[in-house]
Amino acid sequence: MAEFFAMGGYADFVWPAYGLTAAVLTSLVVASVRRLKTLERDLAAADGDEQNP
Amino acid sequence: MNWQALANPTRFKRLSDRLLPWFAGGAALCLVVGLYLGLVASPPDYQQGDSVRIMYVHVPAAWMAMFVYANLAIAAAASLVWRHPLADVAGRAMAPIGAAFTFLCLATGSLWGKPMWGTWWVWDARLTSVLILLFVYIAYMALNSAFDDDTRGARSSAILALVGAINLPIIKFSVDWWNTLHQPASVSRLDGPSIHASMLTPLLLMAVGFTLLFLALALVRMRAGLIERRLAALSYSRSAEAGVASFR
Amino acid sequence: MNAAFALLRRDLSLALRNVGETLTVLAFFVIAATLFPFGIGPEPQILARVATGIVWVVALLASLLPLERLFQAEADEGGLDQLLLAPAPLEALALAKCAALWIGSAVPLIAVSPIVAAMLQLPSEAFGTLLASLLLGTPSLALLGGIGAALAVGARKGSALLALIVLPLAIPVLIFAVAAVEAQIAGLSVRPHLFLLAGFAVFWLTVAPFAMAAALRQAAS
Repeated sequence: MAEFFAMGGYADFVWPAYGLTAAVLTSLVVASVRRLKTLERDLAAADGDEQNP
Repeated sequence: MNWQALANPTRFKRLSDRLLPWFAGGAALCLVVGLYLGLVASPPDYQQGDSVRIMYVHVPAAWMAMFVYANLAIAAAASLVWRHPLADVAGRAMAPIGAAFTFLCLATGSLWGKPMWGTWWVWDARLTSVLILLFVYIAYMALNSAFDDDTRGARSSAILALVGAINLPIIKFSVDWWNTLHQPASVSRLDGPSIHASMLTPLLLMAVGFTLLFLALALVRMRAGLIERRLAALSYSRSAEAGVASFR
Repeated sequence: MNAAFALLRRDLSLALRNVGETLTVLAFFVIAATLFPFGIGPEPQILARVATGIVWVVALLASLLPLERLFQAEADEGGLDQLLLAPAPLEALALAKCAALWIGSAVPLIAVSPIVAAMLQLPSEAFGTLLASLLLGTPSLALLGGIGAALAVGARKGSALLALIVLPLAIPVLIFAVAAVEAQIAGLSVRPHLFLLAGFAVFWLTVAPFAMAAALRQAAS
């Protein structure tokens, strides 16, 4: 296991590369989904206003 | 598939509802298997050792940087030819994803370059072209958001995306030529050196995973963009009504 | 077509009357180039090595300065609609704007470039090639700048946005212009590079009018 994390001495480069990729893509996914959820809620509220003002 | 049918927001929502789970699930599956094969099951390179594992994110990210731009250019052409809001929304939705992949390609390239070249950055032809691609993405996003009227920003940046698309091959050619002119001695390139099947499988899996992730993200962001437009239209008509009401 | 020439004539006479703007661009060109000896030291060998790059990069930056006003002045005065209604293709009118821009700001800049190059210790045998590279390269910059200016009409963040749009697209011009002068210094043939620069100019001459017209049309609508 320790050998796996050592990455043959290249741990300082391999793990930041994967970590950064994971961080950037995850935050993109989270931000996009969260924005969609917020907008869907806003739209539902706006449509509700429309029907019973 | 009928483009006009797709262009209808309700139909688009129904289609994206059906596609999204497949894209998201497929992306997760490909990335998990690809990561396992790339990080654990594939052998280290005989020259580059385990640092070659950076390739499994770097090279697919580079492919995505170009693939997303191609999609962006297609959306731009569609937006200018058919003037359809869905194409405008698509361009705005895809650009940040492409920029993210382009940035990741550069960052992982730098992390790979440090052990290979001994420095964080070399003006390698490939990296330099990707850097300029990132600048084009940034310009696109800046122009897209620079107008009060969203449609105006979408159309303006669509023209820029097309001008960029015809200019990018020229930039690539110029940078390659410039690089051979100033080539420092014995620089190893960031490449899959003599790609073996055990390396090719995780590489392709990661590439497919990134592509599916891009499609899923694009769908989510396009949905958000369409709702945003609808909300803007609603508040516009509401304020118009209010204006009429107060006038009465 | 006559309308395009009329517009070119009007813009040129405007530029003649408004010498201040041209002088500002020239002053920026000279002052910005003068910063480099302070930044990297006055050793003649070092300056001679980087002189071409400095002249070209600073010329590129200076060419951005007049862009913000290129179509914005028209848009503010409602003249954009007049451009669209003029009895000439919008493509030709946009091209006339670029021609006026090139004559009004690039030509004076080329005229003073030998002085800047001399101060930066550029070898005297390279002066001719530097001028040729500027003459063949700056039309591309003016056309690219025209595209950027047309795209950014009415945008909120004008000048920085223009730099973002234009600079990445101008990199090929920069590469081959500098390469031409360096080939001259190295005693190699400069013709391939100059041909390529001319090729870029022709390329943008064919692309830019359509891009500018498309941008202006949707800006006016």
